[in-house]
Amino acid sequence: MSDLKTKKHEPVIHITKRADLVWYKAWIIRAVAVLAALIVSAVVIMLLTKENPIQIYASMIEGNFGTERRIWVMLKELAILLCVSLAVTPAFKMRFWNIGAEGQVLVGALGSAACMFYLGDSLPLPAMLILMFIVSVICGIIWGIIPAFFKAIWNTNETLFTLMMNYVAMQLISFFIMVWVPNGSSVMGVINPQTKSGWLPEVFGQKYLLSILFVAVTTIILFIYLKESKQGYEITVVGESENTARYVGINVKKVIIRTMAISGGICGMAGFLLVSGINHTVSANLAGGVGFTAIMVSWLAKFNPIVMVLTSFIIVFLQIGAGEIATSFRLNQSIADIVTGIILFFIIGCEFFVRYKINFRTKEKEEKNA
Amino acid sequence: MLEKIIAFICAAIVQGIPLLYGATGEIITEKSGNLNLGIPGIMYVGGISGIIGGYFYEKSTAEPNVVLCILIPLLACIIGSVLMSLIYSFLTITLHANQNVTGLALTTFGMGIGNFFGGSLLSFFGESGSISLLTTGTYYATPLGFSIGKIEISFGFMAYLAVIIALATSFVLNRTRVGLHLRAVGENPATADAAGINVTLYKYLATCIGGAIAGMGGLYFVMDYTTGAWTNNGFGDRGWLAVAIVIFALWKPKSAIWCSFVFGGLYIVCVYIPGLSSATKELINMLPYIVTILVLIITSARKKREHQPPASLGLPYFREER
Repeated sequence: MSDLKTKKHEPVIHITKRADLVWYKAWIIRAVAVLAALIVSAVVIMLLTKENPIQIYASMIEGNFGTERRIWVMLKELAILLCVSLAVTPAFKMRFWNIGAEGQVLVGALGSAACMFYLGDSLPLPAMLILMFIVSVICGIIWGIIPAFFKAIWNTNETLFTLMMNYVAMQLISFFIMVWVPNGSSVMGVINPQTKSGWLPEVFGQKYLLSILFVAVTTIILFIYLKESKQGYEITVVGESENTARYVGINVKKVIIRTMAISGGICGMAGFLLVSGINHTVSANLAGGVGFTAIMVSWLAKFNPIVMVLTSFIIVFLQIGAGEIATSFRLNQSIADIVTGIILFFIIGCEFFVRYKINFRTKEKEEKNA
Repeated sequence: MLEKIIAFICAAIVQGIPLLYGATGEIITEKSGNLNLGIPGIMYVGGISGIIGGYFYEKSTAEPNVVLCILIPLLACIIGSVLMSLIYSFLTITLHANQNVTGLALTTFGMGIGNFFGGSLLSFFGESGSISLLTTGTYYATPLGFSIGKIEISFGFMAYLAVIIALATSFVLNRTRVGLHLRAVGENPATADAAGINVTLYKYLATCIGGAIAGMGGLYFVMDYTTGAWTNNGFGDRGWLAVAIVIFALWKPKSAIWCSFVFGGLYIVCVYIPGLSSATKELINMLPYIVTILVLIITSARKKREHQPPASLGLPYFREER
């Protein structure tokens, strides 16, 4: 009788929050997740291609590092993804969900393209490049500040605001292409193909090197800005708790707008690099969804610009690798998105095991409870 | 002129139906406190699952039966969408992952699945060309019309179903105990938990049912609107518009009905205004997005209590973290 009353219910699995996890253990968990994701993606690709996994990975590596040209293309993709990831980072650290990086990149690109289209070769190249850079950054800043302003004064939902701004930017580009291209075609060809006015010059015979250097410098500057500067600290405080920030005398509205200006400005720069350094033309899908991928890259790197080099490499490697598989096995290119999705799910999921501890019901406890 | 206006309104409704499915699904999901940005991906998967189901059925039999032609793609669509929602639910509810990041990843994944199978389903079976399920598509698109005075109005059955689902959702949310519990979970999960409501179960169910309804929007698009043909990225950005309508409708499924039709109208209005240059058309295509932005700004500025999102929207709930 009394036995029944004292018997307590003990769940099989019990979850507790970890007080603190040694940093290398956290990274081991993440590495295991990446490994598991690679295995699952390989199984998926295997089922679709009926090829052995070693062949698949060989083909992925071939796609990324096969020739010198492929390495440069990979580095270029890495640079652009990294640049946009860097751009969204300050805003995220502040818990401002800027999913409008795509649009900010596009208006930046539009700014550069407009300079190239209207000015032709009337300016010397250095002046032209500086002007394009400034115009692009300003366009990006404007696109970033609009949602930030309303967030600051009325707490308007920034996730959907920035998302809608993407589509406004796309339509704006389509509009200008219609205006610029005379015969009503919706494709803008390469701008200034003869004069190469407004094209970033080749350095050491490498077309993409200058763009890559731009991003490398930005990475270091942003790392220092977030870690060492007073403004970087303010961003962290606002992100942790707006009330605390207000209490210690930080002007939260100012920080929100300033940070989104930085975020938009770097996106604008990415737009400049895409037009001036890489594509020399503009289209509504120029950014190719990089704004969304960048959010995940930044989040996976825990907002650390240096770690972001690694996380954006993982994503770019998978995307190019999956693209290569698609080409060699005559599959649809979208397999890259599926593989990216799988790896993201694993990395997103593994954070749980970094933050929480799972306690299983042990024999000993059961005896004690009995 | 009148005929033209009626034609426009009908076209707007046809455009609005996928948005209505998506918006109703997202409203149910958001009422439980989950901001599912994976809805666009789920709608792609819903569409392609329906196509795959229909493809196998049409392939397996020489004389397709009407009922099975409709039920098999519908079932396949629901299974596909629920599986996608389960990925989201498991990551955000059980593993407390960030909802925005998970949702965006789900959208990337879902659009990848849709375009991948849409682009290579036939080549797996050694066929070429693009998918076209004319038989199934025709059954789905069979017009069920009625007339008001001289005006004839007709849509496929899924269009009526969308409105019925939206009205039913409104009833369940506002008039039943289940709806009350669901809203409690979205407003304040800790309180709901203390009152004995199974928060995890409600969140899972709301997300999966919401996902299934959203997926049917994708099915309507591929089966009725395009009568059984799949084009890669053909569904476009309609998924995001559905998410925007949730805000436009202020989280009310009944308002979502007319909001979807307004958005559907804005989506195609440029075709119905004569004498526009192609550049101006591009500017007019901006309207749905600009309207959404204006609604966002106005609702946030007015700060009316009944116009606000569920209080715990976007936040994970962990019982021991209070």
